[in-house]
Amino acid sequence: MELKGRKVIALGERDGIQGGTLALCAGEAGAQVVLEKTYCFV
Amino acid sequence: MAESHSPGDLVVLLGTPTAESSRLYAITLRTGDPSWAGALAGVALGLPVYHIIEEEVKRQIPAATYEEHVALMEMAMDVGDIASAVSAVREDSA
Amino acid sequence: MSKPTSPVTLARPVVRGVRYFLAHTPGLVRHGSKPARDIAADPSLAEAIGANLRDFPAAAAYPPNRVLLGALHPDALSGLPRPWFDHRGEDAREGPHGEIMPGEAFLALLKMCDAANLVALEEGFTARQQQALARHPLITAQDRERLGQGLPEGEIDALLQGSLPTLPLHDGEGVRVGCIRADHEQDDTLAAGVLLENLACKATAAMALRSLLTGEEINPGKVGYVLNSGEEAVGDRYQRGGGNLAKAVAEQCGCGEATGVDVKGFCAGPVHALVIAAGLVASRVFDTVAVVGGCSLAKLGMKYRGHLNQGQSILEDVLAGAAVLVGPDDGRSPVLRLDALGRHTVAAGSSQQAILEHLVARPLEGLGLGFQDIGKYATELHNPELTEPGGSGNVPELNYRLIAGLAALRQEIAREDIPAFVKAHGMPGFSPTQGHIASALPFLGHALDGLREGNLQRAMFLAKGSLFLGRMTQLADGMSFILERNSGVEADS
Repeated sequence: MELKGRKVIALGERDGIQGGTLALCAGEAGAQVVLEKTYCFV
Repeated sequence: MAESHSPGDLVVLLGTPTAESSRLYAITLRTGDPSWAGALAGVALGLPVYHIIEEEVKRQIPAATYEEHVALMEMAMDVGDIASAVSAVREDSA
Repeated sequence: MSKPTSPVTLARPVVRGVRYFLAHTPGLVRHGSKPARDIAADPSLAEAIGANLRDFPAAAAYPPNRVLLGALHPDALSGLPRPWFDHRGEDAREGPHGEIMPGEAFLALLKMCDAANLVALEEGFTARQQQALARHPLITAQDRERLGQGLPEGEIDALLQGSLPTLPLHDGEGVRVGCIRADHEQDDTLAAGVLLENLACKATAAMALRSLLTGEEINPGKVGYVLNSGEEAVGDRYQRGGGNLAKAVAEQCGCGEATGVDVKGFCAGPVHALVIAAGLVASRVFDTVAVVGGCSLAKLGMKYRGHLNQGQSILEDVLAGAAVLVGPDDGRSPVLRLDALGRHTVAAGSSQQAILEHLVARPLEGLGLGFQDIGKYATELHNPELTEPGGSGNVPELNYRLIAGLAALRQEIAREDIPAFVKAHGMPGFSPTQGHIASALPFLGHALDGLREGNLQRAMFLAKGSLFLGRMTQLADGMSFILERNSGVEADS
């Protein structure tokens, strides 16, 4: 699965890898982040 | 939101910290769940779901970036279990 | 012409005490956010939920609740095989750091805190609670007067069928014993459910503060300022989050010389509030500042589905409140180091590295200390028995592994020593899933004991806030402080 040129939905978790970090990494891999969310379940 | 992008383009990237939560997300996004509210409501079913710590994702991210932003979390997670859980859901629905 | 004033010397702020208040409210689980929505969609669920609730002795004996109330040390849970709910030890209502109150008495307490005649309780039930609370040391004559005699069943029926939307209130057996009304037919910020949530916050925070003032033998009149740090929204449709529940709590506790204000920061609220309180004391603006936090009624039964799926009782059946007193150095209370605060800043970044660099590494560096110089870290302390059945994992353990991992990345410990670090400097989670109450605060009671007795030299309290949930930012937040054993050298005058 190639991230370059792909559109990414970044679903993060507060106590895991948060949305912002996923978006940063996906961006540097050449993807376009179309949705960034962070969830929290406690 | 889903309407403005063709489904083939979209991929989901997860940052969930456990195998169980990763599996639940992956299944929910594959099969759809009406209670999945907010921005994801109506997102096309059957999106491929990956986790950032999976080797095939990780190797596409510049090493320095991964080291600075993800490496610590990776140490605290069960990487093997998470990767297995997410890829199993992809394989099941293939 | 203004007279020259002498310079103010800073005081050293100390944490003088903490108390917790638990209310065991199985009868209110149906009003938790998740149960309420699910029951509205499928009314038959009410029965399944009702059939899987714990009785009071089980909740009082539940080891994690006993840890919160100070009867057991958190580390004792490491030696106790899971499931902890299988261990029926002592079911005492009181521990060194607070009490657990049965749900029926709590409904009476709601009425005692009810300044707007929102709650109506049936007269037979009311009479029984008047008797049950007759000798409670923290309940006053004024409280009993406001509780009154209650109403005949018929009048409760009429209220429930009346023009104002009204929610029924039940005891632990599912018997209806009263109701709470909305205060406006159209204003959804004054809906019955919202008012119930806010009133429960007021009641739990007030009982924790009363317990603290009594326990520490402090005249309520000496409290100068109250900071409430809960996550409720008190207001009406023109000012939904107007707030200042702090003042309502101050009033309920007889703090006649205080005013208050709310400090809002999602789960990090209390830690922020403690820092602010310490700053006010250090700068001698106030001598005694109380930080309080009421419960999170919305989180009752939040993960009930996971528990039902595992054939367990619904364990999210307690409401928790807390109160802390901050004052100037008294020569023995632990010192809050205002010169070693951790702050997750706007520009910090959202990775766990960035968060912990800011919350843990920087304050330690500032003091010339290493990660192992903190005896115990208090992070989110959610009880894993509550979170694991629903797939949310073990939050404290994850957080401790991250702190240990950062220590290893900084080469302060070896990677293979991570588990030992977690065990020595962390602890099993034991807090009810009550949001801001679960974030670092639950260890404060044990920390104060350890720091006073000398088994602990330093404890760090770190909390995180999920600001992104409010949709005004994608950022999270975090704040931390260190409590240090008082050297006992010269109390402030």
